Amino acid sequence: MTVSDNLSAAEIAQAVASRKMSALEVAEAALARIAKHDSVLNSFTDVTADRARAAARAIDTAIAAGKSVGPLAGVPFAVKNLFDVKGLSTRAGSKINRDLPPSPRDATLIERLEAAGAVLVGALNMGEYAYDFTGENVHDGPSRNPHDTTRMTGGSSGGSGSAVGGALVPLALGSDTNGSIRVPSSFCGIFGLKPTYGRLSRARSYPFVGSFDHLGPFARNVADLALAYDAMQGPDAADAACSARPVEPVTAQLAQGVGGLRVAVAGGYFQKNVFPEAQEAVARVAKALGATNTIELPEAARARAAAYIITTVEGASLHLDRLRKRPNDFDPAVRDRFIAGAMIPGVYVDKAQKFRRWYRAKVLEIFKSVDVIVAPATPCVAPKLGQVNFVLDGVELPVRANIGIHTQPISFIGLPVVAVPVPLEPMPIGVQIIAAPWREDIALRAAHALEKMGVAAAPAPRGI
Amino acid sequence: MASDPLDDYIDAVGKAMALPMDESWRPAVRANLQVSLRLAKLVDEFPLPDETESASVFSA
Repeated sequence: MTVSDNLSAAEIAQAVASRKMSALEVAEAALARIAKHDSVLNSFTDVTADRARAAARAIDTAIAAGKSVGPLAGVPFAVKNLFDVKGLSTRAGSKINRDLPPSPRDATLIERLEAAGAVLVGALNMGEYAYDFTGENVHDGPSRNPHDTTRMTGGSSGGSGSAVGGALVPLALGSDTNGSIRVPSSFCGIFGLKPTYGRLSRARSYPFVGSFDHLGPFARNVADLALAYDAMQGPDAADAACSARPVEPVTAQLAQGVGGLRVAVAGGYFQKNVFPEAQEAVARVAKALGATNTIELPEAARARAAAYIITTVEGASLHLDRLRKRPNDFDPAVRDRFIAGAMIPGVYVDKAQKFRRWYRAKVLEIFKSVDVIVAPATPCVAPKLGQVNFVLDGVELPVRANIGIHTQPISFIGLPVVAVPVPLEPMPIGVQIIAAPWREDIALRAAHALEKMGVAAAPAPRGI
Repeated sequence: MASDPLDDYIDAVGKAMALPMDESWRPAVRANLQVSLRLAKLVDEFPLPDETESASVFSA
């Protein structure tokens, strides 16, 4: 067996565990792909080659000694550079954080993936302090879309989208506050899981908006997404928002199919301001899942507005001291958003948090009669790098402000979502498969069914 | 020329909070603040019962 670019995480783990290939061969192949393609994709900011080789050798030694290895044995993975990686400063896409001392310990999710046998190969590019939907970064340069390198990856987990979509690694981790896993998944044509708020530990990752911050995996197929998700679940006292729920594995349930699931399409707000590609992708997914009706998430526009307010104020609060001391070291666009956020009266945040509880109750009512809600992940395919506006229905709209309009009302109340790629030509686009809180199993089952039907698939990278 | 209330607000809050403000940044800060206040108004206008709990709950 040879190490090819297209091996899934599950195939790699099986081959390594059965000694058809060594973990070191797999790691070397990943490092070679990164060396070959990342000068174009710009997805990595740090390549941890020595660490990867040492970890891979340790796995090979354990296997040779007859010891059991985890379900991700030898699987190379990389993390958005807001995850603490022992020995690296956690830059979170910024210039300022490069002055931080090296992290003394890995983030919880890295520890859990490594405990399952995965091999960390590096840290990934991202929008500054995660306040971004484009994947562009003024300090490190933009991550580039693997299907067309003149286009955005989406952000803020842009490097994660680029590295997985470009097949440099089969697995990556990112964060999603308002859409930062789902948007790059959509633009880069890969699967992404934003779990329920509180499901996966955020310990030792750099925050953005504590009220909405989630971490989750990216992969090129649903089985790999589920393998990684299962390995990362479980309580963690080091994250105040992490749930005490026990591990609820999903991998064994993926093949259950969608029979019996009640599927609806999100209407109203979610059908406005979308390009024909997004409409086409939603229609294909809805048809394949047998969606029977359209439902309206009440006050979705207001939910997006409330998410926007909480985001800008909590973000400004986090960075207030740095804004005062080092304003010129920020990306100017991020700095100006944070300064404006610092000026929002506190009463609006309180009102937004109260509205959030109202909206949550209304949406939970919907889930009494529906199991899955289908909605666009982005209104458009990946825009060109640096693109400022797009024209929709004859109206010129700003790109940045509109990329996340369909993701924000969902993460606002922490619902689990799998972003599935619909391989349209010439560019893929994602669709959100949304489930009730703590029902990642349902969203992943539906995503798996779409994959089996050929409706959702991660296209091979066409731009490199 | 009459002063602009939003510019006055930016000046006053910026000063009270010791926020940095270069004049070249002002148009972008102002534009961002305008968008935020428009969206905040949307939230503010929505009637909620006085008893509504915030979604951010603290557990002792």
